[in-house]
Amino acid sequence: MTSSGGSTPATPATEAALAAADPPAAILIEKLSLWYGDFQALFDVDLRVRAGAITSLIGPSGCGKTTLLRSVNRINERLGYVRTTGSIRLWGLNVLDSTVELAQLRKQVGMVFQRPNPLPLSVRDNVLFGTRVHRPNERQPTRGESDRIVEEALREVLLWDELKDSLDRRGTELSLEQQQKLCIARLLPVKPRLLLMDEPCSALDPAGTEAVEELIWKLRGDYTILIVTHNMAQARRASEECVFMLLGEMIEHSDTASMFLNPANSQTAAYIEGRYG
Amino acid sequence: MFEATAQNRRNRRVEGLFRLLFLWMTCMLILPVALILGVLIVRGGPAISWEFLFTQPINNMTAGGILPALVGTVWLVVVALIASVPVGVAAALYLSEYAPDNRLTRAINLAIINLAGVPSIVHALFGLGAFVIFFRFGTSILAASLTLAIMTLPVVIVATRESLQTVPLAFREACWNMGATRWQTIRKVVLPNSVSGILTGVILEVSRTAGETAPIMFTGAAFFLPFLPQGVLDQTMAMSLHLFVISTQVPDVPEHMPFGVALVLISMVLAMNGISIAFRVYLRGRKKW
Repeated sequence: MTSSGGSTPATPATEAALAAADPPAAILIEKLSLWYGDFQALFDVDLRVRAGAITSLIGPSGCGKTTLLRSVNRINERLGYVRTTGSIRLWGLNVLDSTVELAQLRKQVGMVFQRPNPLPLSVRDNVLFGTRVHRPNERQPTRGESDRIVEEALREVLLWDELKDSLDRRGTELSLEQQQKLCIARLLPVKPRLLLMDEPCSALDPAGTEAVEELIWKLRGDYTILIVTHNMAQARRASEECVFMLLGEMIEHSDTASMFLNPANSQTAAYIEGRYG
Repeated sequence: MFEATAQNRRNRRVEGLFRLLFLWMTCMLILPVALILGVLIVRGGPAISWEFLFTQPINNMTAGGILPALVGTVWLVVVALIASVPVGVAAALYLSEYAPDNRLTRAINLAIINLAGVPSIVHALFGLGAFVIFFRFGTSILAASLTLAIMTLPVVIVATRESLQTVPLAFREACWNMGATRWQTIRKVVLPNSVSGILTGVILEVSRTAGETAPIMFTGAAFFLPFLPQGVLDQTMAMSLHLFVISTQVPDVPEHMPFGVALVLISMVLAMNGISIAFRVYLRGRKKW
């Protein structure tokens, strides 16, 4: 169903420049094409995502940015009629190989959704879910270890002070902002290296958006973050590198500041100026 | 500028007419149920006594109690549940959580819904052929309960599948994306949030099983057997068949007796439905998302 593409140097000049400037790549996508049935959603996408940075994917609706994001942890495949060619290397290993264990892949690659989706369990159980799922029955965390995991994760997403006295509340009863932070917190205990975020703020009010953006900014460095957004102001505020996609193709990739000040491609310029999208 | 036109008045008349029509139909629906209950209570009520519920029938079933039939119905229902619930819930879990959404799955789902419409007498003949004769269970509680189980299986599957589907997909996606397997997702998130619906389906099934007559007639229910069953290979009396027998097959039964049996049977069913509703309300109150 999948095949790894060759390492043909078909990457645009900007890719080569970024690669030279900063060698360690967390994600290296080469010649990635993807079809939903007969519909081709991605065309030979090449992309190099710098480790430890926040990279945002922007582009008009239907440009394939969410598809690209969902290919990285392979949740697209659940649909059954998806076909992929090319390769997606995470730290050198192609995740599209048939030998990849999806449970391990998803442990390394956490995902945050548009709509906060905490589980209908207590805050505590939400945070512990990943640990419980990934450990065998005889090595489930003890009470003390659980407390430590929960505190650490909630501190990391700046929720500990708000929620330390209500760890038994249901995750689904929190405010949307708290829910989304909880959804990030529950990924952290299994020590992912990459976080994928699919418009993580689009269901939140302005205050919530600001808080979650701040959190994402704080997490950079510790995690490589790939974030889809259709909010250009957000991409500009909260990312270090920016990728512009259009109709399933990668058009431009540069550091965020230069893309917004001085886009190399005329289509990028038109999108950023708001002439379409 | 704001006064009603002829068209407005006509619309209002039609509106009133339909409202009245629908209200009338609703009353017509409630009326027979109320009448049945009323007649049963008035005419069967005097028959109910400690002795009626807890003694053997005597004098060719024209006197005495209904204990063997009462106990027999409980046996039949419990064994049928033990047989049908695990199979039905497992099948529903497969269809809802594992099966790919393709033409075969849709065909199976359609077949299950149609199976629920097979007349009970057909199930009875199947049970006679399969369990009584082929598997050599003889006419026994086991054969009768298995026949009831086969008959109610589609209902259990459909009810379970529907309550599984009420758990939002977002919860499953959240689990899968943390690397949880389907089974871990089912055990930790899907089942705890759908158990109320499943139990409701099961209890409704119980009440249906208790009232069925045809499927047990050839497979395990006895006309007259004034002993309590000792095991699943015994024959037994049952409430529904007992009602049929003393209403139509035995001469000189005092009139209050069949009404009494019917009242006990319908009380059992209503009590179980009541428990099911109470349960559903209780569990739904606890679940919030």
